[in-house]
Amino acid sequence: MALTAGKLLAIIGDEDTCTGFLLGGVGELDKHRRPNFLVVDATTTVSEIEDAFTNFSKRDDIAIILINQNVAEMIRHILDNYTAPIPAVLEIPSKNHPYDANKDSILRRAKGMFSADELM
Amino acid sequence: MSGKDRIDVFPSRMAMAIMKTRLAGAQKGFSLLKKKSDALTSRFRSILKKIIETKMLMGDVMKEASFSLTEAKFAMGDFNHLVLQNVSKAQTKLKSRKDNVAGVSLPVFEHYTDGSDSYMLTGLSRGGQQIDRLKKNYAKAVELLVELASLQTSFVTLDEVIKTTNRRVNAIEHVIIPRIERTLAYITTELDEREREEFYRLKKVQKKKKEIRAEAEALKAKMMDEDKNLQEAGNILEDDYDEDLLFD
Repeated sequence: MALTAGKLLAIIGDEDTCTGFLLGGVGELDKHRRPNFLVVDATTTVSEIEDAFTNFSKRDDIAIILINQNVAEMIRHILDNYTAPIPAVLEIPSKNHPYDANKDSILRRAKGMFSADELM
Repeated sequence: MSGKDRIDVFPSRMAMAIMKTRLAGAQKGFSLLKKKSDALTSRFRSILKKIIETKMLMGDVMKEASFSLTEAKFAMGDFNHLVLQNVSKAQTKLKSRKDNVAGVSLPVFEHYTDGSDSYMLTGLSRGGQQIDRLKKNYAKAVELLVELASLQTSFVTLDEVIKTTNRRVNAIEHVIIPRIERTLAYITTELDEREREEFYRLKKVQKKKKEIRAEAEALKAKMMDEDKNLQEAGNILEDDYDEDLLFD
């Protein structure tokens, strides 16, 4: 990976999460006017999320993919197989779903190496 | 297994010298790799601790951010579509640089802001203060998440590197060094055996020579004996008959 400046964050999440982060100033349309975020609502299918995730992970201007944990659960089979360090995939809590550390694939891996009491 | 799995060499002193240097090299490499693995593991553990702390912190920050979003919505009604439609250029971007730990480069992300705020006018009519707070909260969340992302990237990279290093350490410790040791042992036994063979052969030759000498001695003695009988040297003074020496 070259030390190029100006990488982006990508967001896959519900409307509120996307809105919040866009207000935080991470949203961008590329030259094909593709956004770097995906709003997941009740009508979004799993394959749409899968496609979005695969696209984001292939784009080299994206360094971090933020994904709501409840959305992450829907494409867990892809996330578990995703091992590349860049872009980094971060699971974030959404407004309607509290954060559950036990579901996070990184934390699960981390917990495999340490005993539970060491973590607290 | 032992004695069979060894490097295929001709057992000679030179091969032994080569093997000894190889063994020394392998041991040096082993200790170096072990040190590397230890350094990486300690770094790994500290990163892991930080990840867990940051993840817990992230829960709180996100809660706060979501709450301020709700506040803003309460103040100015639903503005989601407004924001989602108005995306143009990212204001917060990431720079990545590399951090070197024991020869492993770990990417570290840093965020920076440039360009103008594309939501400058959002909330101009109502709820401006809430929107402002909302923006700040989410900017804070982004900052934290960027930090978390670099930690997590380091975590994944280090995990991979530690695994390979440990695999190499174990391979050297349990495969390469024993194999060289077995080869050395094999060369030593072969050389010893050859030495014993040589010794035995020398003894045998010596024995043979002794035998031959004894035989020769015996023969000589016998000849001498026979000689004595044959030519009992005559006394010139006593002999009546003395052959004439005739010279032409």
